[in-house]
Amino acid sequence: MSPSVRLQEMIRVIRSARTQGEERGVIQRECAAIRAQFRQADNGGRSHNLAKLLYVHMLGYPAHFGQMECVRLIASPRYNEKRVGYLGAMMLLDENQDASLLITNSIKNDLAHSSQYVQSLALCTLACMGSAEMCRDLAPEIDRLLRASSSYIKKKATLCAVHIVRKVPELGELFTPAARALLAEKNHGVLHGAVILITELCERNAQTLVQFREAVPELVHIMRGLVTSGYSPEHTVAGISDPFLQVRILRLLRILGRNNDTASDAMNDLLAQVATNTDSSKTAGSAVLYETVLTVMDIKSESGLRVLAVNILGRFLLNNDRNIRYISMTSLQKIVSTDHNAVQRHRGTIVDCLKDQDASVKRRALELSLALVSAINIRSMMKELLLFLSTCPPELKSHAASGIFNAAERYSPSQRWHIDTILHVLITAGADVRDETVPNLIQLITNASQLHCYTVHKLYRALVADISQQPLVQVACWCIGEYGDSLLQGDCEETEPIQVTEDDILDALETVLQSHMSSPATRGFALTATMKLTSPRQRGEGGRIRSIVSIYGSCMDVELQQRAVEYNALFKKYDHMRAAVLEKMPVMDRSSMGQTNGESGGGGVQELEPTKPKQPEMMVAPQPASQVGGGEGGGAVFLYIVYYGMVTMDPSVAPAAVTVYDKSGVVLKLSCERPLDASQTITLTATNTSDHDVSSLTLQAAVPKNVQLQMKAPSGDSLPARSSAVVTQTVLLNNPNKVGPGWAGTPG
Amino acid sequence: MRFMLLFSRQGKLRLQKWYTATAERDKKKMVRELMQVVLARKPKMCSFLEWRDLKIVYKRYASLYFCCAVEEQDNELITLEVIHRFVELLDKYFGSVCELDIIFNFEKAYFILDEFLMGGEIQDTSKKSVLKAIEQADLLQEVRKLPHNMLCF
Repeated sequence: MSPSVRLQEMIRVIRSARTQGEERGVIQRECAAIRAQFRQADNGGRSHNLAKLLYVHMLGYPAHFGQMECVRLIASPRYNEKRVGYLGAMMLLDENQDASLLITNSIKNDLAHSSQYVQSLALCTLACMGSAEMCRDLAPEIDRLLRASSSYIKKKATLCAVHIVRKVPELGELFTPAARALLAEKNHGVLHGAVILITELCERNAQTLVQFREAVPELVHIMRGLVTSGYSPEHTVAGISDPFLQVRILRLLRILGRNNDTASDAMNDLLAQVATNTDSSKTAGSAVLYETVLTVMDIKSESGLRVLAVNILGRFLLNNDRNIRYISMTSLQKIVSTDHNAVQRHRGTIVDCLKDQDASVKRRALELSLALVSAINIRSMMKELLLFLSTCPPELKSHAASGIFNAAERYSPSQRWHIDTILHVLITAGADVRDETVPNLIQLITNASQLHCYTVHKLYRALVADISQQPLVQVACWCIGEYGDSLLQGDCEETEPIQVTEDDILDALETVLQSHMSSPATRGFALTATMKLTSPRQRGEGGRIRSIVSIYGSCMDVELQQRAVEYNALFKKYDHMRAAVLEKMPVMDRSSMGQTNGESGGGGVQELEPTKPKQPEMMVAPQPASQVGGGEGGGAVFLYIVYYGMVTMDPSVAPAAVTVYDKSGVVLKLSCERPLDASQTITLTATNTSDHDVSSLTLQAAVPKNVQLQMKAPSGDSLPARSSAVVTQTVLLNNPNKVGPGWAGTPG
Repeated sequence: MRFMLLFSRQGKLRLQKWYTATAERDKKKMVRELMQVVLARKPKMCSFLEWRDLKIVYKRYASLYFCCAVEEQDNELITLEVIHRFVELLDKYFGSVCELDIIFNFEKAYFILDEFLMGGEIQDTSKKSVLKAIEQADLLQEVRKLPHNMLCF
């Protein structure tokens, strides 16, 4: 066709450009020429120039200067120019451009044009890029075309009306009468468009929906005609009569039958007929069956029909075509909560799909499998799921891991099984589990006291094998710290014995500490575990541990450094407190945990283990105190008290008064009262047994953000000599979230 | 249907039709991303995938990928049939269509698409009548100027 030669020539030249730069050069030249042509008067080649520009636009180059040319061409009396002009409008103008409004008038004129092909262009453009304003302007025109025109125009006007309703839902009322009448049409194209229009109207307006319910018998009649009619060469695809129209009608029936018994009854027989008679060997038939199944499951259908539908889905699951398997699983997912037992029957096939090559199918199979886990099948399902976890694509790992955890939590047959499962997941996919897994697992382990020996053995083995999975390493370190004594004992009834010496354990912990794979939080766990091993029940030998801990006193990480310094202090000055501080952790209650493990925590004194200690543990790391001066006015005494632990809720505990400072005759004691809810009262008692008075005694306290502090007035600010009087001060702490580490108080 | 894309195995866009208003920048980004995702798929894999919040239905014919983005409630299997129907129309029109036909006659490919789909929906379920309409419109293009009393079909 000769007129397009110049366009094709340009395309050829562009394609023959060898480099991106060359192509750009060619295009720049062409665009310059096109721009010049646009400025000239009409020379008969306008449509070709615009076509060239559209090609350039498709390659990704800017073409906004063609917008006005589109507007001009649309107004041309020549069909070929109109055609390209409208194409340009659809490609270059969208409702965000101002120029789009300029074509409204042209469209209006063309809608009334005597040539139906011109009308078609206008309708198509309006349906493609019509803005809300344009739609409002032209809606009456469209309505007119819906009622009185040829089938060719009617079908296009219907789809244009669909676009208008989508853009401006209020205009739906305008089209409702015409839409109703269109159902009587014989032309498949018009019918198809009409069904779509009615679907849109019903979806947006409840009253229209009620109105169209009366059309259900008519729709059923049309559908029946399609299903039982003979071969119609024009509309048949793979033996199915007009599958496009069938699918559309089924979808409309779904919307009309939803939540309505009468409508659902009216379509019941038809749906059964379609479900049984449709040949699903090709995609067209499967598409119709699929839509039928969706409709049956969504309306108020008889139970027999529902069973039929689920069976169809089950048949789809066995289909060789991967697409059909995928579709069937998507649908089963939608009904698994309502028709659980029916779907359970197909569990075997679904689990097999976990091994499919295709990632989309795998994802669907995973979702379904997780939904199908129940108390009865938990063991076999978990085997499959764990197998899947080891071979699944990385993007599914995290989802699979959390799904497995949820399932294990709900249905685990025994604690040991539960712990084993979680360990297995951590070993296989440790990097992808969520943060709260570690505290959850720790809590689980502490609760299973009879399994401590078994657990620590397993974890030790896992730790020695691989230290790259952070959550696993963290849990392992924690357990070794707590239950290291069982490890040293060597024998454990539930697992093979292993000879572990203290040095072996320390080796393992040191490896964790030094490895560059360990995150700061993991190192924290390891350091504390090392420290815990010095507790007398662990018979830990202090020397090696001390040296390990003191190395970290100069670590770059502030958190680790602080811990190391404090632990060092425990060795040096507070050896008498060491045993108490390093006691075994008590059994935890789920409700006390409001925090994820150290990874995500911010600054401040980090809580290493989410814990609810039976007694407030206190540690004191003194800093050089300036001397309590002999004489009046004395210097200030600074104390740095670090208080670990949370407010305890256990009423049976009688909190002891702890001496926090005892020097030169001045003794300061902090005692905690029985706490109520989240608050704690602390009383500071200061006594002076020296020969000199101490004056200007003040207490300063600082607390982390989550704790509220209220200091009452002290009873006095000077301590007379020889214990003749004491000074007390009360401090109220409120920890509304029951989380949080400690606070620091300084008596000044 | 939200949009339809045709692109080659080398990642060159041959046709794009958008049925929702989208900014030019976003269009480019989406096309780039989607092409990457689809081109990475292996031959025997499923024709459906989930991308952003859309369902993508794609099929490869020779060297061209036909890719449609449909809404949540749309039937994916029938979309495959829609794609197939479009390919059949192109085939009938160009006579054993190949990628070069679509490159050098891209505007005609658009005209065919616009006669087949409007607003993302099928206009006519009969292959014959779509082809006839395109034929007639082409004839009209040959005429220099439209007479005022043009007969309607």
